[in-house]
Amino acid sequence: MIFLRALLTRLLTMAITLFGVAVVVFFLIRVVPGNPIAMMLPPGATEEDIARLQALYGFDKSLLQQFLIWSGDVLRGDFGTSISLRQPVSELVLGRLPATLELSLFALLIAIALGGLMAFLGTLYRHSAAEAAVDVTTGTALSVPDFLWALVLILLFGVLWPVFSISGRVSPSQAFEFTTDFYIIEAFLRLRFDVVAHLLSRSFMPALALAIPLAAIIAQLLKQSLKETMHLDYVTLARTKGYSETWVILREALPNAVLPTLTLIGVQFTFLIGGTVIIERLFSYEGLGNMAIDAVINRDLPLIQGIVILFAALFTVINLVVDMLYVVLNPKLRHA
Amino acid sequence: MTLSRRTLLKSTAAATVFSTIGLPSLAAIDELVIAYNVTLPSWDPTVGPSAVNPTLQGYYLSVFDLFIPQNPDLSFGSGIVTDYGWTDDNTKIFLDVRDGVTWHNGDPLTAEDVAWSLQRAANPDTGNPIQFIWGKISNITVDGSRVTADVVEFEPTIFKWMSFLTGYVMPKKYYEEVGAEGFEAAPIGSGPYKVERFERNAFVRLVANEDYWGGAPDFKTVTIKFVTDAASRVAEVESGNSHVTLEVPYEEYDRLREQSGIEGTASPISDIGMIFLNDIEIMQDPNVRKAAAHAIDKQLIIDRLLSGYGIAIDTLQTPDYIAFDPSIEVPYDPELAKSLLAESGYGPDNPARFTIQTTRGFKPKDYEMIQAVVGLWRRVGIEAEIEVYEIAKHFELRAADQLAPAAFYNWGNSVGDPTTSTGFAMFGPSPHSVWDGEDTFNKILPLWGEADEAKRIAGWKDVDRSIAENAEVIPLLQYVQPILHASGVRVTPHRSGALLPHLMTRA
Repeated sequence: MIFLRALLTRLLTMAITLFGVAVVVFFLIRVVPGNPIAMMLPPGATEEDIARLQALYGFDKSLLQQFLIWSGDVLRGDFGTSISLRQPVSELVLGRLPATLELSLFALLIAIALGGLMAFLGTLYRHSAAEAAVDVTTGTALSVPDFLWALVLILLFGVLWPVFSISGRVSPSQAFEFTTDFYIIEAFLRLRFDVVAHLLSRSFMPALALAIPLAAIIAQLLKQSLKETMHLDYVTLARTKGYSETWVILREALPNAVLPTLTLIGVQFTFLIGGTVIIERLFSYEGLGNMAIDAVINRDLPLIQGIVILFAALFTVINLVVDMLYVVLNPKLRHA
Repeated sequence: MTLSRRTLLKSTAAATVFSTIGLPSLAAIDELVIAYNVTLPSWDPTVGPSAVNPTLQGYYLSVFDLFIPQNPDLSFGSGIVTDYGWTDDNTKIFLDVRDGVTWHNGDPLTAEDVAWSLQRAANPDTGNPIQFIWGKISNITVDGSRVTADVVEFEPTIFKWMSFLTGYVMPKKYYEEVGAEGFEAAPIGSGPYKVERFERNAFVRLVANEDYWGGAPDFKTVTIKFVTDAASRVAEVESGNSHVTLEVPYEEYDRLREQSGIEGTASPISDIGMIFLNDIEIMQDPNVRKAAAHAIDKQLIIDRLLSGYGIAIDTLQTPDYIAFDPSIEVPYDPELAKSLLAESGYGPDNPARFTIQTTRGFKPKDYEMIQAVVGLWRRVGIEAEIEVYEIAKHFELRAADQLAPAAFYNWGNSVGDPTTSTGFAMFGPSPHSVWDGEDTFNKILPLWGEADEAKRIAGWKDVDRSIAENAEVIPLLQYVQPILHASGVRVTPHRSGALLPHLMTRA
């Protein structure tokens, strides 16, 4: 009952948040200089042509009228038509979302694997040179932003030792016919592991660039939690029973130490998705972030609005899921 | 040499990894891969904002045919339309359509297609941005392979527009069958390549049109990847993942073309860099404008900032344009600039002050060039404050005639006619002009409809001379386009700036 009430409260908060985002993004991008109509004016455009274009895209009405029309349409699921791509915004953003989600999830998995491994090694070899090496590595990983990692990776594994693809989500020579936009998941479900391997290899570089800073954060926090847990009585007891240090860390200390990290991962995952904007651009990856940059350059207001609303919805859903997961995993909250 | 078990395992693992992820092919080029600098938003080359985006014309020219093609040197050729002209009294135009041309689906391309394409372009409801030109003809009829149309309003450049933005022949039967959405999903044209696969924002894969009227292209399969980041394009070519790319920083161009297996082609294109002068505030003083123009050492800027890749210009016509007049010069003369400023009471102790706007990173070294210009101005007694803006804001301000007294911009004019350079940039009522001076307006006005071509071009030269003498705009340079390509590819650059795969052959 308490869980259900908490869920309903969060859903209500989500709706209010999304409305706030809609208001802010709608008015903010209209205040920012750059008129989409001015960008598409042909050389011989007359005043009538300009007025016709403004009417066509609804810019001839007051801001409030525009907002009311747009928000009414959004409630009916119509996010308008992209000015530059001349297609429904909902189709465009939903078509791109799977690419960004797959990239982000892949990056998250890499970050958890790398971060977890570093934390484990740092804990296993604590108070030794190995722990110092882990600390230096995570410090370095954290101090360099993801887009710089992307450039480093492009240079190392795209140019100097060109073993990974540095552009695009799928190879032009890949003949597999996808029926959905979730390429990796679809190929996996259709048991085409060769295609899965191909897609993962294409996504590996951008995913790694996104993952490195998050992996460092996970490593630092999880190692700290593990080290604190390793001093607790029940861990000492497990050790006196003769279990190996690896077993003690993974089976005894980790389940309790992982909770703060889990919360952090939820929060950081939203930042990771935000990072896809630049990373997708650098790797020419056809996701939502790449589309967002084009939309901003072209002052494609309906598309910008659609992308921002979708990102906001995504972030709030992720936060909700993490919070609910935390309640489920934490016995203290579950039985409160 | 002995092979240990560990070495064998490592080698096997490495081979497995490489075979899975794939290494760039070092063998002869079967499939040409091009890293292009812009994404393709829409396939219809005649409607919407994409249709008037010069940077997208390379895609369109690979799949579609213009009514009248333009050769790499910007001269006009014989294409779908083999002959064209006016009647003696300029009340009609005619176009003769080539026989034996087929669309990519095998249907014959006929004069009906040409007539329909013109009618569609002239219809305001279809959304052709150049409708203001196409609407100057009407009553388009077909007689055999000849298309004729009545002239509603005489437009001396109408045939040039048939080689320019939105001047493409579209497939009537196919378009009417599939509609706009169907055409976007599966576009066909009559051009040298057919669209095989299009992944939006990722790549387009083209296959050669073996029946192309101009001869089948050398490369049978071409993949054009959309790589919008310049550093990533450099990496694409350096790694061998792409065979050709363009618009890379000049420093990278010079570095990479020294590498084994990579060559470079740098040719002038029809884009120019210029400084708009808005005749407001201090820019109403001709001495200030002239001083600003004479104080800029264009060649120095080209040499120092653009590694020498650029051609200094003094009018809005490049040497390739029909109205280019080499006798019009605005020389670098800082002493003259100082004396002009002194006439108006300005000098080092009382500098002329104004704002100059510029983009940063939109064109190569745009901000740096304006920094250099401001530095040169400071030497003669002009203190300009730089304001950086996005290109979207530039368009907005220009359309509203609210640019700062000086504003940097680039202008493209692949058709090479003075109407589409000096005309639209300097004619007051144009939404792309911020110059409102009556003298220039009155000089340009009669030229729009001038039927005598020699007189028309002479008139535009006079306008350019007057503009230069009064410093109503400051043309800076004609851009040079750097193209990097694998040694196995021979690239023929096109002066329009479009990178065209059918002009590429095996070396």
